[in-house]
Amino acid sequence: MSQTQKAPQEAAIAGDFVPKIVAFCCHYCAYTAADLAGASRIAYPPNVRIVRLPCSGKADVALILKAFVDGADGVYVAGCLDGDCHFISGNIHAKRRVAEAKRRLAEVGVEPERLEMFQLSAAMGARFAEIVGEMSARLRQLGPCMAGNPDSHKEGPR
Amino acid sequence: MIPTANESGAGPVGAVLVVGGGIAGIQASLDLSAAGYKVYLLEKTSALGGHMAMLDKTFPTNDCAMCTMSPRLVAVAGDRNIETITQADLVRLQGAAGRLTATVRVRPRFVDPQKCTGCGDCAQACPVELDNEFNQNLDRRKAIHRRYPQAVPSSFVIERSDRPRCMRTCPLGTNPQGYLALVRQRRFHEALRTLRDSNPLPAVCARVCHHPCENACARAAFDAPVSVRAVKRFLTDYCAAHPPGPELAARLAEADKRAGHGHAKPTGKRVAIVGSGPAGLTAADGLARRGHQAVIFEALPVAGGMLRVGIPDFRLPPSVLDADIDAICRLGVEIRCNRRLGRDFTLEGLRRQGFDAVLVAIGAHRGRRLGIPGEETRQVRDGLSFLRNTAGGETPRVGQRVVVVGGGNAAVDVARVARRLGGKLVTILYRRSEAEMPAIREEVDQARAEGVRLEVLAAPLRVVTQDGLVVGLQCVRMALGDPDESGRRRPVPVPGSEFLLDADTVITAIGQESDLGGLGGEIATARDRCAVDERTLACSTPGVFAAGDVATGPDTVTGAMASGRRAAVSIDNYLAGRPLDESQPDPPPAKLPPVRRQDLRPPRAATPRQEEPQLPADWRVAGFQEVALSMEEAVAVAEAERCLDCGVCSDCRQCERVCQAGAIRFDDRVEDREIEIGGVVLADGYAPYDARRRGEFGYTRYPNVVTSLTLERLLSASGPTFGRIVRPSDGKEVRRIAFIQCVGSRDSSDRGHPYCSSICCMQTAKAAMIAMEHTKGLSATVFMIDVRAHGKGYETYYQRAERLGVRYLRSMPSAIRQDFKTHDLQIEYAGPDGTKQVETFDLVVLSVGVECTAQSAQLAAAAGVERDEYGFIRTQPENPVATSREGVLVCGTACGPKDIPDCVAEGSAAAASLARDLAPARFTRVTVPEYPAERDVSAEPPRVGVFVCHCGNNISGVVNVEELVSFAKGLPRVVHAERNLYTCSPEGLAAMRRAIDTQKLNRVVVASCTPRTHTAVFQDVLAQAGLNKYLLEMANIRDQCSWVHPDRPVEATRKALELLAAAVAKAQHLRPLREGTQAVVHAALVVGGGLAGMVAATTLASQGFEVHLVEQTDSLGGQMRHIRRTLDGLDVQALREHLVRQTETSPLIIQHLRSTVTRNRGSVGNFESEITADDGSRATVRHGVTIVAAGANMYTPTEYGHGTSSRVITQREFERRLGAFPFVPVDGVVMIQCVGCRNAERPYCSRVCCAEAVKNALEIKAKRPGCRVVILYKDVRTFGRLEKYYRQAREAGVVFIRYDDAHPPQVSPDGVVRAMDPALGRELTWRADVVVLSAATVGRPEHRALAEVLRVPMTSDGFFLEAHAKLRPVDFACEGVFLAGTAHSPKLIPETIAQALAAAGRAATILCQDILRAGGAVSVVNRDRCAACLTCVRLCPYGVPRIEKGAAAIEPTACQGCGLCAAECPAGAITLECFTDQQMQAAVGGLFLETVPQAEEAPEA
Repeated sequence: MSQTQKAPQEAAIAGDFVPKIVAFCCHYCAYTAADLAGASRIAYPPNVRIVRLPCSGKADVALILKAFVDGADGVYVAGCLDGDCHFISGNIHAKRRVAEAKRRLAEVGVEPERLEMFQLSAAMGARFAEIVGEMSARLRQLGPCMAGNPDSHKEGPR
Repeated sequence: MIPTANESGAGPVGAVLVVGGGIAGIQASLDLSAAGYKVYLLEKTSALGGHMAMLDKTFPTNDCAMCTMSPRLVAVAGDRNIETITQADLVRLQGAAGRLTATVRVRPRFVDPQKCTGCGDCAQACPVELDNEFNQNLDRRKAIHRRYPQAVPSSFVIERSDRPRCMRTCPLGTNPQGYLALVRQRRFHEALRTLRDSNPLPAVCARVCHHPCENACARAAFDAPVSVRAVKRFLTDYCAAHPPGPELAARLAEADKRAGHGHAKPTGKRVAIVGSGPAGLTAADGLARRGHQAVIFEALPVAGGMLRVGIPDFRLPPSVLDADIDAICRLGVEIRCNRRLGRDFTLEGLRRQGFDAVLVAIGAHRGRRLGIPGEETRQVRDGLSFLRNTAGGETPRVGQRVVVVGGGNAAVDVARVARRLGGKLVTILYRRSEAEMPAIREEVDQARAEGVRLEVLAAPLRVVTQDGLVVGLQCVRMALGDPDESGRRRPVPVPGSEFLLDADTVITAIGQESDLGGLGGEIATARDRCAVDERTLACSTPGVFAAGDVATGPDTVTGAMASGRRAAVSIDNYLAGRPLDESQPDPPPAKLPPVRRQDLRPPRAATPRQEEPQLPADWRVAGFQEVALSMEEAVAVAEAERCLDCGVCSDCRQCERVCQAGAIRFDDRVEDREIEIGGVVLADGYAPYDARRRGEFGYTRYPNVVTSLTLERLLSASGPTFGRIVRPSDGKEVRRIAFIQCVGSRDSSDRGHPYCSSICCMQTAKAAMIAMEHTKGLSATVFMIDVRAHGKGYETYYQRAERLGVRYLRSMPSAIRQDFKTHDLQIEYAGPDGTKQVETFDLVVLSVGVECTAQSAQLAAAAGVERDEYGFIRTQPENPVATSREGVLVCGTACGPKDIPDCVAEGSAAAASLARDLAPARFTRVTVPEYPAERDVSAEPPRVGVFVCHCGNNISGVVNVEELVSFAKGLPRVVHAERNLYTCSPEGLAAMRRAIDTQKLNRVVVASCTPRTHTAVFQDVLAQAGLNKYLLEMANIRDQCSWVHPDRPVEATRKALELLAAAVAKAQHLRPLREGTQAVVHAALVVGGGLAGMVAATTLASQGFEVHLVEQTDSLGGQMRHIRRTLDGLDVQALREHLVRQTETSPLIIQHLRSTVTRNRGSVGNFESEITADDGSRATVRHGVTIVAAGANMYTPTEYGHGTSSRVITQREFERRLGAFPFVPVDGVVMIQCVGCRNAERPYCSRVCCAEAVKNALEIKAKRPGCRVVILYKDVRTFGRLEKYYRQAREAGVVFIRYDDAHPPQVSPDGVVRAMDPALGRELTWRADVVVLSAATVGRPEHRALAEVLRVPMTSDGFFLEAHAKLRPVDFACEGVFLAGTAHSPKLIPETIAQALAAAGRAATILCQDILRAGGAVSVVNRDRCAACLTCVRLCPYGVPRIEKGAAAIEPTACQGCGLCAAECPAGAITLECFTDQQMQAAVGGLFLETVPQAEEAPEA
């Protein structure tokens, strides 16, 4: 149980470009799932940075866009499963806002696929690891994001 | 009732005991704590959570069980008034209600929960793997473990039974299971450490031990014992040949130091040991490890005693002995050779030389004489001197024909030496049979293989000589007579059987004795030994001890060592002035109880026993080369695999060696604790039915037959397969799954239980749907009798399952057959048309029922309460949570099968009942933490302190912690950074406290584990240091860095740096927060004057709270007015009268009859409502809480001619007729179920109607046995205990016929009823005097208006919607508003009472407080920016924001802190504290470091 397990996606992102991902996670499900991945020693790529929010519904468009401006290559918001939201409906509003932020990204020429909404339960530690892999693979296809400072640290592996 | 302080001088105790840490017990504990009572929460396992923690999802909402439960667990852990006592049972309960004394037996955890930080290093080190019962044995866990990853308490626990059999039987107490487990994992050096802990001569014992461990080995119950000695031999050889590298050596040394092995401080005491044999050496080792200076005096020129000169080199090479002795000398033991007692020194002389104690361990080196004529001849030799000379390098001459007299190891050794020295015909002469020979069996076999002949049952009479030379030995045959004092049969000569054995050399080896001449009479002796105390080995002179053969008589090597060990303990005690026998080990029992196969875990592998390899016999006799050889590594590991871990924990103490917190406590003992309490809640839960009792289903014989609980673990994303549904037999994905319902339930045979387990139908519906979701294309088939979907939302859930393609078959298979090749499972069943069908499945799930726990009888006896016929705790009809003993309540499945919401409601109800009875003692036993006044930091610039946690090795093993600290020091506003081994340990917290004071910190950042579990711990330190607790921020560098990127230290470190930078950036912007307060109005508004309303109102009033009871009709009683009695025989009218009287006479209950609530405002603690009477008069009342108990209506049927035909009536009308006097007899009754519900318009089940029909059917049958009663049903839903009455009805002749929606019954006006019987496939017709319709329970139309006034939600079925279907069944999402009774959903009278008690109890947790404190991390409105656009008002899931004076207002006590409004507010007027825009943007910015810290090593690919 405590053996290290590798997420299958990890191999897929070996290479030059390592995308930097910011994950806004709700306290009750997604963040707890990340903790469970830890407690279960499920390894996943180290290129994700988790920001804890009380509810995925707290993630506002400005904050999501700020992450891109600061240099994120990808962002995702992770909340509870439908009907599972600790705050009843926060995850529904989160989905709506992520859609809105995707539109805003498209307007400024950033691929909306760089942003995603995921839903998972607190028991889905393995799924959390999987999501990091999925997002990393997707962003590797897209390459570095130029929304932030184009002169910044984009060259070469980080 | 309960004594009050005034009456008896000693009022009730404000503390309670809750027995059982499942969801019901947790709910009761949290409620009682909130109501002002100290709670002792007893749990029999090592962690809270019960069965709910094992579930994947929960029906009917598919909520993740762990998601919903985990916050409750964290709440219990963080509640300072709940003391959780794990691994504990209630054993006695004395006293009377209000003042009880509970005796609680606490089984040891062997891990100090106060010190354990839950890091898990110990489990990594533990070599013992066991089946993981939490995962239903689908995977393995360690002997030291945590029940599940999210367990509360998070402390680890060691599963440790008695010591393993091998260890118990070893005279030395060595621990074969421990080192075998480590060998299994190829951790050889650690294994040797474990061995050496108890055995200072490991390599010697690996060769010469008589291994009683193997004789006791439990593996023999399956095939043959483990070759313990051979594995040990491999181990010592391996370690000698492969010394540990510097890194491993350092790690081992550090681990040794941590565990305190061999690191005693020098005591300055000196002990002289006379004799360097196994006893002397072991004693020296033991003394040296205790810090004493030991000096050994040895008479011979070499050390080792009998090991050196009594055991030939081909069994024990001198170099091996030397190595073991050298290791002992390295501990500081000095050996002086050629120093013989009596010749070179005396005991008294030793004392004079300054030795503080003396140990005599001179052994038994003198051979016994035969005492036969001719023995004095030169060619008759003494075996001991013969061996001694050989060992000394001489080559004693032997003849061709050698006879060795004796049967012990010495005799066998002598014979084998004689063979090697040229003896052609070597014979061992022994007077008993071979079986009685004391020599080690293998040695005898080896001797025989080397050509030694055995002549048994013969004794020498006379040495025959010729010309002064031996020519033979005159012998006599012996026979075995009666047993002698040693238990062996006594040999007796057979008259006339003399014979001559040719011999030219005779060697005697019939025993040995000590030469006591050297003692010079200084100490008392008895026969040929020193006289000693058997337990302490103390001699007659104080300070002098004796050990080994000289004290015990000739013994084995291990026996001598054990004696040396005992002497070392005694001497240590003597030197310290303690009683000599303190901490002396008990000698091994003469006989262990026999091994029983059923008590053992089955072998991991069927590998046969591997024997030690040996030199070929013909090579051996050519010289003195070692006979036994080392096993191959792979063979040794495989042999170690054969160990069954019968002792569970192997006592290898690896955990102790790695635990940096020092939390392991091997000397934990069972402890009895007495606790003073006012009352008890029993919430012991249930046990799943043991499916092995239904042998025909093959559970445990067929790997792919599993129970519903196993499937839960397979489905669980955190389970052993991460939610993949695979077959246990081959790991293949399951495509065809079958469920068999009612396994162990609805079964009146003695193998099962007659009751219905209530939950299994829904659990199956859920599992089938989730399984289909997990595996596309999976087919699910359910074999069942009825589908019982009787709870709120259950019927639609079941229908969804059917719609999604779950196949329901009304057929119960009688057996399962397995294909032994594929492990596929075949089920034979009767199809819908009655024909035999056979179908194959990949996995069959037995839907096992609920039964009382194995401990329930003990618990009931201890608590002094009665049990019912099924073994559950018996409850009272008028109070479903009261037991037969006052002051002892019960809730959850401890009193019968039920689902989670009912368990939770009962938990609250039991808490409410106790809280009511103990009300005078409220807040007398709770502790309220006192903190110093908060420092005002508003004017100070941020001064951030950073604390980086090593978490033992958990973080620092991967993340470069030093780098984090130096990096933190360079961050802006950081004035202090330090690292701690465990920041959450008392030392770590003290360091934090110190730093806050000395460095004048006003922001604290902790980089450690998850804030979910540790925020409160660190916030408390801030509060103690006078800082506002919201000035804390955490970075989770364990769960998000070291634990998930173990192979990438560089990247993990970089990630940790960024997370830390983000936390520091956010911390700059943290500000102190004040919690809002709200004065509580100590009054309740109860809407509804029926059963639920009256119970709630009287419960609250009896605790001194004012109640406004609003009833829309002109009298109290509601629907219960129409019910005479329940199926259980409760007199409902008597109960009603009692409640009405209580309500009417209570001075605190203000009745508002013919009234409704027309307006409501305010929030929890302070509501204001307008109550309008039907005459238009209005009253305004203020109240702190609201309870909605507005009831429900009965549907008025329009079907089947109801209303037009006088023959067609409802159950309620029929019940009235049955009770009417005179009774009008009827001869034919047809009842039709599900009228007005389970249809398109009302797709729910009314829950109570099946029971009602059965009740009335039984009554008519009782009144008029000849009356024909037919009940037409869709499913008979007599759930739980009601099943008993269903069976009674069938036995009384009531006919049950199923109908389905496609063929509804037809009723003609003249009372002819036709229905299609699906079982017979044809239409049946009855003539009925009365047709009785079971009409639905429906919500009241006026509820919509009430819901709007109270701003609470409703379901589409017209009932009120609670906050959470599972865990908050009586709460509304809106704080301070509660729900009870049929307004929630249709329910039975006892259920309504439980819910009403629960709602009252929940309400009382608010009313008992004077001030509500809440807020902190809540939304606040900047009124200046607010445009009153109503966005927040519309958005808030809790309806908290409202517009006051042109701007939004958010009541901090009501705000739940989700931040939805803050994220959406178009004007940016709303801020969520702790997550403000400024804070979050700073945090995100911190994640992007400008400078890349230099990597110290290349990242791994």
